[in-house]
Amino acid sequence: MAQQVSVNEFVLDVSGDQPVLMGGRCEACGNVTFPVLQGCPKCTGTDIERVPLGREGTLWAWTVQGFPPKSPPYLGSNDPATFEPFGVGYVALPEVIVEGRLTEAEPAKLKEGMPMRLTVEKLFDNEDGDEVVTFAFAPMDAGE
Amino acid sequence: MNEVAIVGIGMHPFGRHEGVTGMEQGAIAARAACKDAGISWHDVQFAVGGSHESGKPDRMVSMLGLTGLQFTNVSNGCATGGTALSTACNAIMAGMYDVGVALGFDKHPRGAFASNEPVHPVDGGLDWYGGSGMAINPQFFAMKINRYMTKHNISQRSLARVAAKATRNGAINPMAWRKKAFSEEEVLQSQMLAYPLTQYMFCSPGEGGVALVLCRADLAHKFTSKPIYVRSAVMRSRRFGSFEVKTSWLPPEEEVGPTVDASKAAFEQAGIGPEDVDVAQLQDTESGAEIMHMAENGFCEDGEQEHMLERGETEINGRLPVNTDGGCIANGEPIGASGLRQIYENVLQLRGDAGQRQVQNDPKVAYTHVYGSPGISGVTILSR
Repeated sequence: MAQQVSVNEFVLDVSGDQPVLMGGRCEACGNVTFPVLQGCPKCTGTDIERVPLGREGTLWAWTVQGFPPKSPPYLGSNDPATFEPFGVGYVALPEVIVEGRLTEAEPAKLKEGMPMRLTVEKLFDNEDGDEVVTFAFAPMDAGE
Repeated sequence: MNEVAIVGIGMHPFGRHEGVTGMEQGAIAARAACKDAGISWHDVQFAVGGSHESGKPDRMVSMLGLTGLQFTNVSNGCATGGTALSTACNAIMAGMYDVGVALGFDKHPRGAFASNEPVHPVDGGLDWYGGSGMAINPQFFAMKINRYMTKHNISQRSLARVAAKATRNGAINPMAWRKKAFSEEEVLQSQMLAYPLTQYMFCSPGEGGVALVLCRADLAHKFTSKPIYVRSAVMRSRRFGSFEVKTSWLPPEEEVGPTVDASKAAFEQAGIGPEDVDVAQLQDTESGAEIMHMAENGFCEDGEQEHMLERGETEINGRLPVNTDGGCIANGEPIGASGLRQIYENVLQLRGDAGQRQVQNDPKVAYTHVYGSPGISGVTILSR
């Protein structure tokens, strides 16, 4: 069975039962960034701790990507014949508001404030036959 | 401190121009601006130029004349034109020079701007941000206006009104790229690129060049009978907590964007308020941006835009004409030239030389605003 591989292990850990996003917490002011930065843009501190972020939050802003992104940098298929619009949004997690793909792309089903949960979506199959995945947020009432 | 006047303006038409390089378009604009001021390139003591991807502006001296002048290159994304102008103004205000040129030009390939550099650290893997289908400019503008529309009851019809107005104004602007006026229905029915924004609501990367001749205000009448004075030229970058393009995260605390900061500072410098402005050119990367920028620049309260647009208050013959030349939506966005196009239009309006699109309120004060990646704004206030 194909294994799931993170698009970037520095930001997304898929080694456990549940995917986890990794952020950076400033030890001086407590500000959390995503991903980890080398300095804190809030207080200019430089002692940053790598921390896992909460997996549930609420939708803060959203849109639907209606045209195939340019590739590169896009790693998924951008063939206009098969391209399906996908949701993009910001989700307010307990520590920080994070931008990510949304599993829902139907405007009528997206609403600010709705509960969302972290999941993953496939970008492409790599040479080893593994699925390279990125993170995405799914509406919680839709289940996983 | 010296004051600064604009005494010459020149433009190469915006649009698509096969066989003419971006830099040539800049040089054509520079010659036109000198001609308008009644000077030759020999009389130009210094220049400031900006171009995003059509070469280093100072190379242009080989086309215009190797006079040995100081030529400074500037680059601030979509706000490059504002930076060129404010940098040139600073040199004159400081007393370093009496006469100079600010110019900008560009020639971009077709299609949405794409970043070719990773926005975030890529330790241990691929460029996950752009790679995952994010870091695309239209997404940011769509999310910002979508959130704004929900919070302040702005309809999608208002987005269409802005785009239709832009194309109507472009249709009577001989320098504009898009000269076909679209109806609101045509705008709404064009392809949905990033909900709630359709194709005709967006500007496109394009081509063009603009140049201005600036001088010490007390010398202005040597060059023109209609000098236009620069009352303020301000640039600001984002502060912690503002919602900006290509940001993978936001802190829970919200802060106003750089437009609000730049606008306040510009009004303060000029010693006037938004109620004194007779015509405004506001960054309209897409029609939602124009709507939000009306409030961010102090011209209305959040949410008032709905009724202002319904009543046509921002039309050429309205109470506060906005983007009288068609804005970015009708002119496209050659990054280096875009902010200076706004100044060019305001100079025409203040001189009373805007022809068919001349505003009818006998304008005395004109306002420009640019906004660009990664969260930078430039505001200028001009007066007769």
